[in-house]
Amino acid sequence: AAALRVAAAGARLSVLASGLRAAVRSLCSQLTSVDERIENKRRTALLGGGQRRIDAQHKRGKLTARERISLLLDPGSFVESDMFVEHRCADFGMAADKNKFPGDSVVTGWGRINGRLVYVFSQIQAFTISPRLVSNSWTQAIHLPWPLKVLGLQDFTVFGGSLSGAHAQKICKIMDQAVTVGAPVIGLNDSGGARIQEGVESLAGYADIFLRNVTASGVIPQISLIMGPCAGGAVYSPALTDFTFMVKDTSYLFITGPDVVKSVTNEDVTQEELGGAKTHTTMSGVAHRAFENDVDALCNLRDFFDYLPLSSQDPAPVRECHDPSDRLVPELDTVVPLESTKAYDMVDIIHSVVDEREFFEIMPTYAKNIVVGFARMNGRTVGIVGNQPKVASGCLDINSSVKGARFVRFCDAFNIPLITFVDVPGFLPGTAQEYGGIIRHGAKLLYAFAEATVPKVTVITRKAYGGAYDVMSSKHLCGDTNYAWPTAEIAVMGAKGAVEIIFKGHENVEAAQAEYIEKFANPFPAAVRGFVDDIIQPSSTRARICCDLDVLASKKVQRPWRKHANIPL
Amino acid sequence: MAGLWVRTASLVAAGRRGRWPQQQQLILSAALRTLKHVPHYSRKHLMVSRNLGSVGYDPNEKTFDKILVANRGEIACRVIKTCKKMGIKTVAIHSDVDATSVHVKMADEAVCVGPAPTTKSYLNMDAIMEAIKKTRAQAVHPGYGFLSENKEFARCLDAEEAVRIAREIGYPVMIKASAGGGGKGMRIAWDDEETRDGFRLSSQEAASSFGDDRLLIEKFIDNPRHIEIQVLGDKHGNALWLNERECSIQRRNQKVVEEAPSIFLDAETRRAMGEQAVALAKAVKYSSAGTVEFLVDSKKNFYFLEMNTRLQVEHPVTECITGLDLVQEMIRVAKGYPLRHKQADISINGWAVECRVYAEDPYKSFGLPSIGRLSQYQEPLHLPGVRIDSGIQPGSDISIYYDPMISKLITYGSDRTEALKRMEDALDNYVIRGVTHNIALLREVIINSRFVKGDISTKFLSDVYPDGFKGHMLTKSEKNQLLAIASSLFVAFQLRAQHFQEHSRVPVIKPDIANWELSIKLHDKVHTVVASNSGSTFSCLSREAGGSMNIQFLGTVYKMHILTKLAAELNKFMLEKVAEDTSSVLYSPMPGVVVAVSVKPGDMVAEGQEICVIEAMKMQNSMTAGKTGTVKSVHCRAGDTVGEGDLLVELE
Repeated sequence: AAALRVAAAGARLSVLASGLRAAVRSLCSQLTSVDERIENKRRTALLGGGQRRIDAQHKRGKLTARERISLLLDPGSFVESDMFVEHRCADFGMAADKNKFPGDSVVTGWGRINGRLVYVFSQIQAFTISPRLVSNSWTQAIHLPWPLKVLGLQDFTVFGGSLSGAHAQKICKIMDQAVTVGAPVIGLNDSGGARIQEGVESLAGYADIFLRNVTASGVIPQISLIMGPCAGGAVYSPALTDFTFMVKDTSYLFITGPDVVKSVTNEDVTQEELGGAKTHTTMSGVAHRAFENDVDALCNLRDFFDYLPLSSQDPAPVRECHDPSDRLVPELDTVVPLESTKAYDMVDIIHSVVDEREFFEIMPTYAKNIVVGFARMNGRTVGIVGNQPKVASGCLDINSSVKGARFVRFCDAFNIPLITFVDVPGFLPGTAQEYGGIIRHGAKLLYAFAEATVPKVTVITRKAYGGAYDVMSSKHLCGDTNYAWPTAEIAVMGAKGAVEIIFKGHENVEAAQAEYIEKFANPFPAAVRGFVDDIIQPSSTRARICCDLDVLASKKVQRPWRKHANIPL
Repeated sequence: MAGLWVRTASLVAAGRRGRWPQQQQLILSAALRTLKHVPHYSRKHLMVSRNLGSVGYDPNEKTFDKILVANRGEIACRVIKTCKKMGIKTVAIHSDVDATSVHVKMADEAVCVGPAPTTKSYLNMDAIMEAIKKTRAQAVHPGYGFLSENKEFARCLDAEEAVRIAREIGYPVMIKASAGGGGKGMRIAWDDEETRDGFRLSSQEAASSFGDDRLLIEKFIDNPRHIEIQVLGDKHGNALWLNERECSIQRRNQKVVEEAPSIFLDAETRRAMGEQAVALAKAVKYSSAGTVEFLVDSKKNFYFLEMNTRLQVEHPVTECITGLDLVQEMIRVAKGYPLRHKQADISINGWAVECRVYAEDPYKSFGLPSIGRLSQYQEPLHLPGVRIDSGIQPGSDISIYYDPMISKLITYGSDRTEALKRMEDALDNYVIRGVTHNIALLREVIINSRFVKGDISTKFLSDVYPDGFKGHMLTKSEKNQLLAIASSLFVAFQLRAQHFQEHSRVPVIKPDIANWELSIKLHDKVHTVVASNSGSTFSCLSREAGGSMNIQFLGTVYKMHILTKLAAELNKFMLEKVAEDTSSVLYSPMPGVVVAVSVKPGDMVAEGQEICVIEAMKMQNSMTAGKTGTVKSVHCRAGDTVGEGDLLVELE
């Protein structure tokens, strides 16, 4: 034993004798421990809130942040950044290691969708408390001091998904890069709102994101997919993005939750009624579309992404097309009913005209008297706007004007040509509309069409009456190509109304009406003045539009310099 | 007061082959009167059809200068085609809603005879007479249905008398519209109660379809085959029989699949039936194309049913195997020319099958009418041996006013096997979008082993599908084929989504996927698949980004849900959505008009009790309560037009 000890001492001595070797050895051991730490952090980060939270998330029919990203992006294309970011809060015991969480409840990075670059952030929502308490927390986070014992800080994932300064910083970082590179940002929102423990730093984080949303607006497409509760300040980032989609039954958007609503206005309302997908896609118009569940939503988002250019510097994407651009559509020759009072479905026309009947409708269940959405013509993305005679005769009212205007402006911002199908009897009359400001809101659509410099092709299928005719991408608003079908009636108003005014008190009203119809209820008055470029056979509509879009692809319009325009908001 | 034409006789007394029933005399005189009593213009009435290699037209044989075709849809088009071939000008009549339909476009002239309901347009005698005068048409061709049938004889009875007559004949009895045909207003009754119900519904249907609510009651023979003989007579006392047509595949007494010749008849029976049919035609001096219908039992006994003094819907199969153009012959005969053929000239060349393609949902009692616009429509005319008689075009409306038939699809081959194979191909290549159609059912019928063997009766459908039609049952290899089709479509869509043609500022890096591991949900079972392709014909009807896909394969539309393996694994965590409880709400199963509402809010209803009656496509459908309960609210009134899926009545 003594001999051994001596040998060991000798060995130690010999090592110590060489200072260089010692330094190397020490460095090596340090490296090993850094490797281990990296590995540990990575593992923790990849596990999100831990297996138990993942299971809990699954049980609610929701996916984890990383699962969502894996579905949204091409396999293996995701490159994550800031996995090691942790929050910086030291109050309320938050500095404890058990409350530190690599990645700090948001996964950020970039990847590809069908080969094209996109920046993504996906918030980690892994609450273990009931959704009711969660919804409560948003409102209280904004208005009231948070009772810590309810939060149960022992469970560190309770603050998962909530927005800390670090969390916001991560999102801002990828947004900044997305703008400099020129690629869209997709946010998968499932956020716990402001992180109460951080106080004002969290609020500052929101504002940092809002600012970037606004700066990036019109530069790169921004898309929000709401996949969980989203309340208080958290709702405004989606509201600033170009498109907000929701997942049915699991996502909510509201400023204040049902409990606060009850205490302030004494209204009894459920989360779903107050801010569920149905509410926002049919009544408020806050969300643009809702999907069945996480998987359905993410698959659809991939599909939707293919329509968008990467940025405002890029042309509308052109995809390989197997649908002949000169395909005749005989069924269109009979689609407009003979009686001008009879309705038909404008979506039928859109389906027959576009490539392979594929039409991604935006806001399909809100203000249904106007139809907007994306499609392709000969492979090129186009924005489609159409009056819907099936709903409220296709008239323009407050909601449809605003819906149309926002869509038109998006298309214009991102170089997506606009195709407009017109069958509009006018603006909706009545006190409800006037008091609601139809003049102001109707002006938005007028403004948007007039402002748009992308190629604009317009097809008047039937009625184009009054001011609404002017609004709907008319020649006068610099429509590039304006067509009328033989069934078109371009006039100040319908024959009956017109005759009642012109021939007030006259006896032979019927004859006057017939004369008016003969004179105005057809495309000729507009055609002889050059307000429509041609009267076309409906079956040739697709071929004509495809042809026009090829020609108009190089269209350029110069507008006088200004800081920015002033749309009547 | 509903009318009733009593014909207690026709089947009861029918004996062994060749023995006419006692009441034959009645029928004969009826047929004769058909000719005499039809308004004067129909004397000249003729019939037509297009041909597959028929006897040519002799330009020196002058017939008429102008014919008015008093019908709509495919039969009007059919008649006009032959008229054109013969150099005859045509006049179409139409209702308001039909102003742009195909028969109007095809005709040289067109006259509007009234609004959509048939009683006000196609059955509006005064308007049609006016049209004849105005256009100076020399003859009228009524087609089938509408004016083609005589309704000048009948006497009026009520429901109780119907019951008495039914008892006399002995149950089961058939109650049918005297003016009708094609299964409209036709019901089978097995007891007094059913007789009363049937009487009520049939007379209403008859009134709305034919403008004539008079009914027939006759003996109903169980399990027979329906075989009919085509006859053709002239004004010189000549008559021919043009072989038989087998029309046993029926639903609700309306023919669905017909063929000529019948696989069941031997030469001897055929000749016996043919000769008797000719004897009948000669006895009544019938001078046009007509059809003598028989029921044939399993021992090849045949029973005279009735004679149809008009062109039949299914006449094209006869034209295919005989090479005659029946419409052309009718026009010639009407002009007074003698027949050009001798009985010995009439042979059977090959085999022809006709499928009636309807806008109907075959999954609901073998075909509940559907309406809509044909957003896409393409007939498989590029295939060999295919003939299609249709009166529609892409964009046409199938409306609630008229028969929901889309077309008659006829295939012809050197033998039955070839004709059936061609029918299979034709059905697979037929593109119909925008309305529900019955192609799935037609295709199942013609490949069914009993049908292929010829083992059929008029009860074929209810025998083969006792629980209703459920679509094609996939074999293992067919299922694999379908999965492969779905996979290859999915992969094709995915690959194409990567084909951007822009010269991109930011380079596009296509994901490099060597193996597409997919997961497909079909009939609630999940299959893991790697894609491949196959040679069979299929159509992808719809595809959603969320993975839902509808593929029409072997006639039937399959709903599939296809996802990448990853997405499918994650999809396991998605929650099931709770479906709405529909037993307490009653939705309209089809578009139509509410004829009667039998309940009001607060009423107690028992399960199965009639709540309201909806008339669609001239069929009255009784809507019944799904459970026992109190009526909460009624959302329809008699006379309302309702769409498919509209809420009718809510129960507590």
